[in-house]
Amino acid sequence: MSSPYFNPERETMTRAQIEAFQLERLKETVRHCLTNPFYQKKFKEAGITADDIQTLADVRKLPFTTKNDLRETYPFGMSCVPLKDCVRLHSSSGTTGNPTVILHTKKDLDEWANQVARNLWMVGLRPDDVFQNSSGYGMFTGGLGFQYGAERLGMLTVPAAAGNSLRQIKFIKDFGTTAIHAVPSYVTRLYEVMQEQGVDPRRDTKLRVLAIGAEPHSEEQRQRIEQMMGVKAYNSFGMSEMCGPGVGFECPEQNGLHFWEDYYIVEIVNPETLQPVPDGEIGELVLTTLCREAMPLLRYRTRDLTRVLGRSCPCGRNHIRLDRMRGRSDDMMVLRGVNIFPIQIEKILMQFPELGNNYLITLTTDQDNDNMTVEVELAEMFTDDYGRLQQLGKDITRALKDEILLTPRVKLVPRGTLPVSEGKAVRVVDKRKVYQ
Amino acid sequence: MTIVQLSIFIENRSGTLIKVLEVLKDAQIQIIASTIADTAEYGIYRLICSEPQRACEELKRAGVPVSLSNVFALELDNQPGCAAEAIATFSRAHISISYMYSFLLGDKGILVFRTDNAEQARQTILENHLRYISEPDLSCLA
Repeated sequence: MSSPYFNPERETMTRAQIEAFQLERLKETVRHCLTNPFYQKKFKEAGITADDIQTLADVRKLPFTTKNDLRETYPFGMSCVPLKDCVRLHSSSGTTGNPTVILHTKKDLDEWANQVARNLWMVGLRPDDVFQNSSGYGMFTGGLGFQYGAERLGMLTVPAAAGNSLRQIKFIKDFGTTAIHAVPSYVTRLYEVMQEQGVDPRRDTKLRVLAIGAEPHSEEQRQRIEQMMGVKAYNSFGMSEMCGPGVGFECPEQNGLHFWEDYYIVEIVNPETLQPVPDGEIGELVLTTLCREAMPLLRYRTRDLTRVLGRSCPCGRNHIRLDRMRGRSDDMMVLRGVNIFPIQIEKILMQFPELGNNYLITLTTDQDNDNMTVEVELAEMFTDDYGRLQQLGKDITRALKDEILLTPRVKLVPRGTLPVSEGKAVRVVDKRKVYQ
Repeated sequence: MTIVQLSIFIENRSGTLIKVLEVLKDAQIQIIASTIADTAEYGIYRLICSEPQRACEELKRAGVPVSLSNVFALELDNQPGCAAEAIATFSRAHISISYMYSFLLGDKGILVFRTDNAEQARQTILENHLRYISEPDLSCLA
């Protein structure tokens, strides 16, 4: 019987060992960061030097970094190695300004693959498994991240990418796929198509493990996916700034995600005061990378809200366990794996002179599919023609789809019908199951 | 040759229709004819009323999306076949009708409609000596 651990030494470290390892790596990371003018300036402003890091708690002396820092230093300003040493670049869509660019050295990619392989091994996948990655490829890290990790583990890996459900199902049957990575809403879609095709995942496929992530989902949604597909579904956490998928993953206990503390220092802070919150209390996840060469990030504010569940686990791993993400501390929405800011919606709506200034975005879960409805007020009645009103709705829908890559439901409403709040307008109402 | 119609954007939600009607009631506007089709999310409530300009202003003030438009109103005898006869005239002239509704005015039937080609409709009405009503005909009613 094979070991339950991909990297037994690192995965089963005691808390004392983890913390000693982190302190050493933190000192190294800080020294490495200070080769870069951006960090030199930040440290100077904060009035600290590398020597101020003597204990692990000293991490709190370090300045935070944010997505805005990445934008302002676009594209290569936060790189801590010469560009010639980088071999990969990933980027966010950049629809709200400059994209954020993340660079990787060969060693960064190597470590990233190890992280993902560790996760997949942890949930029982072995080299004789067949792994189908039904995730977007290209700039989205869920594609290549899982590809390299699954290959590192030694599985036959199928880069099926997202979409074309009929072909996905054919692959699952023909290749004997045992594991899939996809966003949860796509798994639901696959199941629907399977039903239409008369395919019973329990009877007609060898599926047993799903890795789901990149969009918020509730425990109920996970359980429904498990029942539908006859599999175990494990929650995956990643973000391109930290590498991509592989940052945190559920173990077979399915009681929170282990965040790998040999790769990151995990802090949970109050998003207002930026002070640490006690274990169990919800706050913003702040991560410091410990092993990255090209773009180490110190105290990066992820804007994701979560809480600490514990630092031990029956699985034998003492890496910190965090709850599934509970929302965001900024106004970013994550819908079907796509990051969307309300300002993107607003920008499009304001291009239509027929529309007023007030709009409301509502996110709902309808039969396991997450959907967006955009209600927008008409500026005035500009036509007596029902067809033109309908055409306007279609034009808005298309323009929004081009911007956010998802098709929202657009609803025209009379002026004055949407709630007008005092001060900051409420633009987003999230009614998805995960946040209830 | 045309009469003025109010076109009101109306949401398919309880309370929206009564809001419009109450504004008109408070302004002492008389509704002569109106029509609304069932639609999924929103529709256009079209109505003919006394003092359409004032009605429009009152509605706008109340925040109701409304516009004014000109529609044709043919006067027909209140007898079988009259509508068919009138519409056949337009059909022969290849004029298509976007929407249509009717009401009774005394013992006459009034057929209200809008076409995609107003100028051609105007000529067809004149050439075929169709009877029509104009805005002043309505004003003296209200």
